[in-house]
Amino acid sequence: MNNENTFKFDDLQALLRFSHGRLTDTCFLLLHVADVRKAKKWLDTAPISNATESDSLPDRALQIAFTVEGLRVMCVAESVIDGFSDEFIMGMSGEESRSRRLGDIGMNAPEKWDWGGESKKIPHLMLMYYAKENAVKDFRTSIETEDFVKAFHVIHELPTLHIGEIEPFGFKDGISQPVIDWECRQSTNAHEREGYSNLVAVGEVVLGYPNEYGLYTARPLIDEREDSVAACLPHAEDKTGLKDLGRNGSYLVVRQLGQDVPGFWQFLYKMSASNFDKCELLAASMVGRRRDGKPLVLKSVAAIPGISTQNCDNHFTYDFDTEGYQCPIGAHVRRANPRTGDLPPRVTGIINRVMKKLGFDQKQEEDLVASTRFHRILRRGRSYGPKLAPAEAIKADAEVAERGLQFMCLSANILRQFEFVQSAWSMSSKFSGLQNESDPLLGNREVLMNGERTDQFNRPSAKGVTEKIYNLPKFVTVKGGAYFFMPGLSAVKYIASLPIKEDT
Amino acid sequence: MTAQSSFMILSSVKDTKIEELTTLLSSMNSTIPAHADPKNDLLPFGRFPRLHFARFVIIEAHTADEIEAFGIAARPWQPTLAFFGEIDGDIDSFFTELEDLASVGLRKIFALCEKFPKEEENLQQWLKKNNTKSNANYVNWIGRTVKHIHEDDALHQSLAAYLREHKDDIDKNNTLALRQKLLSHVEMEKYAGRLTLTAEEKTPLKWKMFNFIHMIGVPLVLVLLSPLFLIMAPFFFIRLRMLERSDPELFIRPEHSYLEKLTIQEDWSVSNQYNVFGDIKPGVFRLLTLKFILFLVDYFSRHVYKRGFLARIKTIHFARWVLLDDNKRAFFASNYDGSHESYMDDFINKVGWGLNLIFSHAVPYPKTSWLIKQGAYREQQFKYTQRLHQLPTEVWYKAYPDLTNTDLARNSRIRKGVEIRQSSVDEIREWLHLI
Ligand code: HEM
Repeated sequence: MNNENTFKFDDLQALLRFSHGRLTDTCFLLLHVADVRKAKKWLDTAPISNATESDSLPDRALQIAFTVEGLRVMCVAESVIDGFSDEFIMGMSGEESRSRRLGDIGMNAPEKWDWGGESKKIPHLMLMYYAKENAVKDFRTSIETEDFVKAFHVIHELPTLHIGEIEPFGFKDGISQPVIDWECRQSTNAHEREGYSNLVAVGEVVLGYPNEYGLYTARPLIDEREDSVAACLPHAEDKTGLKDLGRNGSYLVVRQLGQDVPGFWQFLYKMSASNFDKCELLAASMVGRRRDGKPLVLKSVAAIPGISTQNCDNHFTYDFDTEGYQCPIGAHVRRANPRTGDLPPRVTGIINRVMKKLGFDQKQEEDLVASTRFHRILRRGRSYGPKLAPAEAIKADAEVAERGLQFMCLSANILRQFEFVQSAWSMSSKFSGLQNESDPLLGNREVLMNGERTDQFNRPSAKGVTEKIYNLPKFVTVKGGAYFFMPGLSAVKYIASLPIKEDT
Repeated sequence: MTAQSSFMILSSVKDTKIEELTTLLSSMNSTIPAHADPKNDLLPFGRFPRLHFARFVIIEAHTADEIEAFGIAARPWQPTLAFFGEIDGDIDSFFTELEDLASVGLRKIFALCEKFPKEEENLQQWLKKNNTKSNANYVNWIGRTVKHIHEDDALHQSLAAYLREHKDDIDKNNTLALRQKLLSHVEMEKYAGRLTLTAEEKTPLKWKMFNFIHMIGVPLVLVLLSPLFLIMAPFFFIRLRMLERSDPELFIRPEHSYLEKLTIQEDWSVSNQYNVFGDIKPGVFRLLTLKFILFLVDYFSRHVYKRGFLARIKTIHFARWVLLDDNKRAFFASNYDGSHESYMDDFINKVGWGLNLIFSHAVPYPKTSWLIKQGAYREQQFKYTQRLHQLPTEVWYKAYPDLTNTDLARNSRIRKGVEIRQSSVDEIREWLHLI
């Protein structure tokens, strides 16, 4: 536990440490490899940004990530690919059971996607450009040389547009993120953990380091004697003699989520009897924050590791709002991060601790949510589509346009982190014992097997009966998505240097 | 109160008949893989009002070789059809019902097995004779019958529909008046025959007495034996630590194609089924320890964890542990709420120690230390191992597909509020929140 400030950032892609918030002009290209030899040559010298800190903030950043198909095309051996997780190998749209869990059914089904669904629409790699206002164009020209154009074929360009620090519905975004414990200050031992902490082990986001279980997530390890190219890779910390292709890399989940902004505000306005203030409150209760980002619950008195007590917008848990009177249990941010600890709240002393561990001293509707620390994601999304203020959106003639979020997140274990949050928390109509409702923003509103509805929103009130909103329309539609591996920089070199197989 | 009981019929299957059997069994399913059509011809599950869950599994030992790591030859295992489930009340009368409603179908199924009811044989007798008892059973809520589950759900639906219909003309903040309206609505619906709220049945005296004797008797015997345990303890722990250090460890990742066989059946609704099967580690020490622990699990399930939770786990409807093949192998099956991944995470984070106590005696469970540490907390290895040993189900039936344990508990509370009127405004409000 004493890596005191020795973490080496130079092999990590910058996106793992920075969100490039200042670089507001972005372009995300989905590419197919057209010429492997040229692609490798370009990759070998590509100016991919690393995560070291420099005195002056950079004006540009370039990041890269590969799908499993992309790794195959770049001649990564099948035996090496087998070392990646099943989710990554199968892909986001590769199995019906996965789609079912993610809620990608009905209108969200992969066969309807613009990209990432059908196999020919699955990219090999994604190139992410970040630059200052209006500067991406020049940046692209400098990168997309003649050789680049011969090496790659752009299959799709993900739209992005900076509309301020907000997402298209108009809510402030990017407030809450897990803080990566680069210095390993926090113990992951369950005996030393109790409440919610915002610090997460490096291995939850970066492969090749201990995760919240104190263990190394499975990833491809290579024996240098069998594959000499692997000499450029870092050593595996947990297995002597093996090289670690995963180290300093991470999985990147990308989902293009179309948002019906006029549909959202007009429905809420109608439900609020055309009272705009009420409509704002209802919207805030669905998101779990006000539009300006203010949380709905009171600031936590107890300290939360990883969040400064001065940070009024994030220093809270839901421990004292078990009924959801302040922030409905089904609200988007409460589902996406319920801020639970290893033990149910309000442990008093050692005997009580044991009692709670054995399941006693709590109500039936308590302790239904898993400990959050195993299910965190690092969000890196960007919005697209023209800005539409709520006051405009409620009007019947509001401008209709393609709007939404290029949802992106990084994690070391797609199944335990992104997929878990998406399926067990967001889409589940039984999250924390709720009934008939899934995520008010993300829900696909499909009925359950026996016809039970999932299109309500329940807003408990301390005064009387729960306010129920019925027949919620679908506000968000999945338009595309894929799982990527975002390699460390040595791993990029490795991929670039692998010899080309005869038949390609 | 009517307590639940469980049954399990086992019969080995000839290798040549397996394909035919799986085809026959799958004919009972709806369009969803492994999900029974409640009205299917072979065994119309929906016609058994006391049946909670039922399942057909072909138990195959595809991991039998693992024990060779212990220097022991793998034991042969004949694939075995297991038909099991959970019902309200006594088993004998349920077998009679099976004979009445599904005799032809069951005979057809078991005819493909090595042990089967002869034509002249009485099916009920045959089922009774071949019923295998579990070593431990867990029931989420002892005495919650299918009948009550359906009645309570109908009540909840009816109240919710009433609120929905009158959402514009009720005063949400006048809780007393609102409750009165809801209660009159219930009375009207009962009168119109659309709602039934049957009173709880009397607990059979025999069951009550046996349960009481069991509750008192077991601890009594254990206390009497405690000096013996005390003397044995040092030897037990020395031996345990020796084994924990020397047991070979296997880290095998399941093939993707195998995982697919499992996931294709999962997450079609809010609950899932789970079967896991494997060898018990060799030696008397492991077997006796496991048997003793299962004995305790059964005791605690019956007398302590009988009202909605098993330690911190609230998602299990029913579970059973059965030792098979002359105590050389163990089978575990459960019905749980949520997705497989959340079930496993819940397990590791909330009751990893409990998993270790029980499952560490099976091959090739991740290394434990002092019986409760490590083991399941080795997350990836644990998850691989349990998936590798999980068996697909052929046919699965759940009598209340969209309802979780939390739903069931909530519905019971709603009903209680109808039957016993709360006195304080706070209590009324709490009740209203449930609807
Ligand atoms: C179009 C779709 C979405 C919209 C409009 C949206 C909107 C928001 C907003 C406004 C916030 C509050 C800002 C903050 O706390 O930083 C937020 C937080 C969050 N969202 Fe989303 N989101 C969307 C999709 C998703 C998806 C698909 C996931 C993952 C499955 C997700 C996970 C999260 C998480 C983890 C947080 C932080 C919660 C916290 O730590 O308290 N979001 N989202």
